[in-house]
Amino acid sequence: MTIDRRRFLTRAAAAGSALVLAGCDKLSETPWWRATLDSAEAATKNVQRAILPRQKMAQEYPASAISKQFRANGSTDPGAGNPAYAALAASGFADWKLEVGGLVEQPTAFSLADLHAMPAQTQITRHDCVEGWSCIGEWTGVRLSHVLDQVKLKPEAKYILFRCYDSLEQTLDNSGQYYETIDLEDARHPQTILAYGMNGKTLPVPYGAPLRLRVERQLGYKMAKYLRRIEAVAAFDKIGRGHGGFWEDRGYEWYAGI
Amino acid sequence: MARRELIFRHALVVRVTHWINLLCMTVLLASGLQIFNAHPALYWGSGSDFGQPVLALDAVQQGDDLKGVTRILGASFDTTGWLGTSEEDGEATARGFPAWITVPSYQDLATGRRWHFFFAWLFVVNGAVYVLSGLLRGHFRRDLVPSGGQLRHIGATIRDHLMLRFPKGEEARHYNVLQKLTYLGVIFLVVPILILAGLAMSPGIDSLFPWLPEAFGGRQSARTIHFICAWTIVLFVVVHVVMVLLSGVFNNLRSMITGRYAIEPPARSAEP
Repeated sequence: MTIDRRRFLTRAAAAGSALVLAGCDKLSETPWWRATLDSAEAATKNVQRAILPRQKMAQEYPASAISKQFRANGSTDPGAGNPAYAALAASGFADWKLEVGGLVEQPTAFSLADLHAMPAQTQITRHDCVEGWSCIGEWTGVRLSHVLDQVKLKPEAKYILFRCYDSLEQTLDNSGQYYETIDLEDARHPQTILAYGMNGKTLPVPYGAPLRLRVERQLGYKMAKYLRRIEAVAAFDKIGRGHGGFWEDRGYEWYAGI
Repeated sequence: MARRELIFRHALVVRVTHWINLLCMTVLLASGLQIFNAHPALYWGSGSDFGQPVLALDAVQQGDDLKGVTRILGASFDTTGWLGTSEEDGEATARGFPAWITVPSYQDLATGRRWHFFFAWLFVVNGAVYVLSGLLRGHFRRDLVPSGGQLRHIGATIRDHLMLRFPKGEEARHYNVLQKLTYLGVIFLVVPILILAGLAMSPGIDSLFPWLPEAFGGRQSARTIHFICAWTIVLFVVVHVVMVLLSGVFNNLRSMITGRYAIEPPARSAEP
């Protein structure tokens, strides 16, 4: 009978699909298969790094293109879980200092006033979230390369590590603390800035006050907010869970140019 | 009287790339919908105008029920159970596309991206092998470009298809004009646009080719077009599979596995 046959075919299709999906779920958690999938990241990174000139700039937009509503993602109020940050925010970050250390000749702590005294740069760029949406905003700050030149990187330094005030996950071992790493190629890029201003105003708390990173040729999660400390490091395999960032420790690509 | 005859239809490279392609497209669709589910809405332009999506698969709480609402260009539809909300572990859950069509089945953007980009590389390499060999062997020119005569008789071919009359004899040795145009359209139009729209979502690629996202009308438009191309391919595959089933599933499958295809003799009085 056609009804029986149709029911049989529907069930067979559903069962087949469930079997394939269960297989894919299982494969997703199988280390060798995961490593196979992850190899695509190296391919993407190597190809993009090969074809992208070091100084190639991300597109900049006119002021008319600035998004009326810029979505704030990830942490938007670190003060709720971190009294130290809440105290700094209460005094308008007058007591906040950015520590810059690690593999540098002259570890230094910079106040907001110190950063404001450095040459400023403003850029209107598109922020692409890994979730798929984009917003356009204007960012003002100081080039990261300028700050790095002040503290003088040691030759062993390969990556720049950003430690933040916010935690996206409450954990006992502090692995929920937000952090990020970028390599020197991105750290030295002319559009890589430490931003203290957004859309002509002081950077608001939901967007990373008092200071956040902008890495314009990668996705939003690379652009750490609520900066506390910057370190020059030789490797990041001993930091956090070893993948170079909060989201990287949770399966996302370290190279987020795609 | 003419007899049933086995001919050699598909070259090895076509057969191998066909099945790799099927695997890639299946994984790319399922992992692509997983990625889409991370933000189940599409926009037009460079940025996302959150108040005015082109398409949104929302979950709306109505009393005790979680309703799935699909919005397309301002019009709303109740799609509970399919789009916006669907069952996950027996419970109505807010998710764009249902678990049975995404890889992984549970919500996991990071893993979805890993699957998607690995199979995107495989898809592109496999497609490049197919296109290059097709050009070198003259496969496209010989087998896919329609002849003038075929184009002139396109009306009759459409009529035959609608009546499910499939070519036999001499005519069955070649693709008909609808097949040729569809295959050419998918291979040289839909898939290239899909790939370019996908690349236009990469901030790295966009810094190198700023004209690429602009050509689509902005990065969010490119994301929308990538989505439309993906479903255009799904539509193609559905029609393709229906045609395979209707025109002799065993013969068609054999030809795409072993290369051999049987030509049925024409019915005696069919042609004047």
